[in-house]
Amino acid sequence: MKKATHERVAIEVSIAISEAARLLDVDVVSAYPITPQTHIVEHLADMVNNGELDAEYIPVESEHSAMSACIGASAAGARTFTATSSQGLALMHETLFIASGMRFPIVMVVANRSLSAPLSIWGDHSDIMANRDIGWVQFFAENGQEALDLTIIAYRVAEDKRVVLPAIVNIDGFTVSHVTEPVFMPDQASVLEFAPHKMFQMLLDPDRPVMMGPVGIPEIYTEAKMALDIALLESRAVIDETFGEFAKVFGRKYSAVEKYKSDDADIVIVTMGGISETAMTAVDRMRKRRKKVGLVRLRLWRPFPFDDLRDALKKAKVLIVFDRALSFGGCGPVASEIRANLYNSKLKRKPPVFSFVGALSGRDFTADQFAELVEKVEGYIKKGILPEYEIVGVRE
Amino acid sequence: MSKLPGWKELPLGATITEPGNATEYETGLWRSAHPVTDETKCIACGVCWAFCPDASRVQYKRKKPNPQAFTDYYYDFNMFFCKGCGICAHECPMGAITMVAEERQ
Repeated sequence: MKKATHERVAIEVSIAISEAARLLDVDVVSAYPITPQTHIVEHLADMVNNGELDAEYIPVESEHSAMSACIGASAAGARTFTATSSQGLALMHETLFIASGMRFPIVMVVANRSLSAPLSIWGDHSDIMANRDIGWVQFFAENGQEALDLTIIAYRVAEDKRVVLPAIVNIDGFTVSHVTEPVFMPDQASVLEFAPHKMFQMLLDPDRPVMMGPVGIPEIYTEAKMALDIALLESRAVIDETFGEFAKVFGRKYSAVEKYKSDDADIVIVTMGGISETAMTAVDRMRKRRKKVGLVRLRLWRPFPFDDLRDALKKAKVLIVFDRALSFGGCGPVASEIRANLYNSKLKRKPPVFSFVGALSGRDFTADQFAELVEKVEGYIKKGILPEYEIVGVRE
Repeated sequence: MSKLPGWKELPLGATITEPGNATEYETGLWRSAHPVTDETKCIACGVCWAFCPDASRVQYKRKKPNPQAFTDYYYDFNMFFCKGCGICAHECPMGAITMVAEERQ
């Protein structure tokens, strides 16, 4: 493939994502507007209405119906797109398992937002963490460019013959979704050459009648779920391969786990999503004060990048995992995953994992606060304290 | 079902690709009791046949008409499918069908 051309534009990230869907020439968009995802589907509706995108736009009455219509459309062979957020994702919950269980390569962008009650429209990762186990490929984008690129990558991965699974691209509500950023917008021919529409899912075809979504009796269910799990695990290699191909064509190299000044760091902060940029600023400031702090960011959440993460964290003496969601009475979800991952590793010296939960419902968590977090952890280490988890940036 | 498929053999999404393959599934294995008909009480009305939810009551045309019977049919059970639900026994207007517990194996 030859290198893609691009145009550098200033664009709201939500609009950039809907432009990505247009470049990918999606056939069906079925969605219900919900803040902070609304601009994505509004712009798609405009493009369909204006004849800029030759797609069927299905304005459904709920997110449960949105995902159900996506499943039906994908079963008919359509390249299908949707987007949602928060309560909408929660309402989709049962159908999300059906999309992965029936192996339909739907791509969805989730503008991450907290869950009610109390009602909140602002951003955190509560919505997606409540849907962690749905069997979808799950990416976390950090900024607008990544959101656009991962949407393109998501289609190629989802429709790959070795995968055939739905995929989610998570973007932080408001702090990513509503920000106007400079973005390299690729040309459509390159996008379609990189991610041509492939149909390896089971198809509704009158000449070859099949029964989709039948009962999985106890003699079948475990095998069906095993097949899904293996496909998700094996998508790992396809994702890496796709990242590599993407770099060749579009010139931006992604990886499942991204390291920032972490190779020689004693203390490594682990984050996901847009707040990673704040954490990078914090790392830079602390480095100026000769503090050996680094950052590791998860770009891929499912399938969990076990090996890459262990490799990225192997030299760390202390880990600080910052979660924007909480499993109440449990732990920060990313922290609990990393603790389990390290416990099962062959690392001789396993670093303590400090789990912090903050920036809930769009509350700011600044670079200075990240620096304070590091000081706090240094204090804990001196005193020999390792809390299970702690909510930070909260008033007494 | 002759041989159960392994996870690699299952069609994508556990889709059923052969139409009508439910006929291969021996639901009779679920049974804990089986129906027994007292032919002296049976008037061949066909209520059991109409109510059977699993098409396990099978209807046949009699070669010679039976003056005692209500219709020119007689009925048998297909024990490959009969789950032993007991609906036939419950619905029989003559009390001709009784459910007998399966013997322990």
